[in-house]
Amino acid sequence: MSVLEVEGIKKSFGSVEVLKGIDFSLEKGEVLAIIGSSGSGKTTLLRCLNFLEKPDQGRIAVDGQVLLDSNDPATMKEKDIRTKRLHFGLVFQSFNLFPQYTVIKNITLAQELLAKEQDDYKTNKKKILEEIQDYSMSILERVGLTEKAKAYPCQLSGGQQQRVAIARALALKPEILCFDEPTSALDPELTGEVLKVIRGLKSSDSTMIVVTHEIEFAKNVADKVIYMADGVIEEMGTPQQVIDNPQSEKAKAFLSNLFKQ
Amino acid sequence: MTFESFCNVTLSLLEAFKENIVIFAVTLLAALPLGLVMTFGSMSNFKPLRWLVRTFVWVIRGTPLMLQLFIFMYCPGLLFGYTYPDTLLGIPIDPRMNAALIAFIINYAAYFSEIYRGGIESISKGQYEAGQVLGMTKSQIFFKVVLMQVVKRIVPPMGNEIITLIKDTSLARVIAVSEIMMTSYEYAAEGIIWPLFYTGVFFLLFCGLLTILLNYVEKKLDYYH
Repeated sequence: MSVLEVEGIKKSFGSVEVLKGIDFSLEKGEVLAIIGSSGSGKTTLLRCLNFLEKPDQGRIAVDGQVLLDSNDPATMKEKDIRTKRLHFGLVFQSFNLFPQYTVIKNITLAQELLAKEQDDYKTNKKKILEEIQDYSMSILERVGLTEKAKAYPCQLSGGQQQRVAIARALALKPEILCFDEPTSALDPELTGEVLKVIRGLKSSDSTMIVVTHEIEFAKNVADKVIYMADGVIEEMGTPQQVIDNPQSEKAKAFLSNLFKQ
Repeated sequence: MTFESFCNVTLSLLEAFKENIVIFAVTLLAALPLGLVMTFGSMSNFKPLRWLVRTFVWVIRGTPLMLQLFIFMYCPGLLFGYTYPDTLLGIPIDPRMNAALIAFIINYAAYFSEIYRGGIESISKGQYEAGQVLGMTKSQIFFKVVLMQVVKRIVPPMGNEIITLIKDTSLARVIAVSEIMMTSYEYAAEGIIWPLFYTGVFFLLFCGLLTILLNYVEKKLDYYH
């Protein structure tokens, strides 16, 4: 069974239809790269998956559980959104770390707040917080920033900040981790370290969706590539199919432009 | 001017300056939280509430504080036959001081609320969204993520407003609160004019202290951007 099923997602902002019906599914551990020019709806699609935007129509299911179905009003309730979001993680283009907290606190904060909702929080508080701390340090180790635990985000390079943001998202163990152009705000020499971390996650069978302009990265890491244009999926398939042998004129033009650069 | 009269005037002005400091301290303590409540009102998605609070802020900021002092001094009695109590929480208080405190608290809360609003609106949407995707509730996002960043940004404009406040307290003399300007004027009425100018020293020293304190707070918050 697919870990993620997305059917018929439509989204308009005012009179502009940004997503015109998006369907795809992902198997557990798969990495999906979404490519396409600006304004094609890639970011909006990610935002719909993370419930930062509410799709006008469509259905989203994770592990067979329907999170959102525009035909079923019971799934559209505002108050359940917060818990539904936890199925997904999102790494932003602009990191959005919390500047007033240390690196480690950025990672532990959400876990600590969620732990407060546990029934045994009051009795086991000390133990729970220690576990969160230890676990978060281990996550930080995975992105190779253990020695920066006590630093503040403003003391880190862009690449390091994005690695912390990845650790922060990872720490909540989302079923699907999404990246919204994770290297677009970085200087070219810093993109490598971030892509390396993302590549490293693949082996630990996280299911991931990466919106990216890094075609080489998409080709090497993704199991599946989607090319989007004007709010629809123009091409979908393996990297070889979509990137090396695109069928549609739009995809061919987009890719040849990219490779020219 | 003998040394003895200088000491006597200093002491009596210091005594009067206590009233200024009371107005200053009580206004700050009450108006800082009240202003935040008004901010929530002026940023509310519930239109009638937002409209009501914004109109209120417009009226308070759009009329002189001196006029507001007169209104809070005389209107309760004239309209409702209400007289201010002469004790507050068990402490004896000049009834006129009640009116002064209410006017100052409301006036400053209105200004503070706009400073808060500016601060809150300056926080990027990304900070809220980062909180949302991490499963935080709206109030967790506000109190754990946004608020400290707002505090840092509003320290300079808040400092300005706070320094203005201590000087504004002398306006309370228009409703005969025996603060420092009123007291010094009583000397002037008797033909001794220098205490009137001497009051400036008290304000200067107090503002000097405030400036040092505010700089310290700004420095304390300097560990992040």
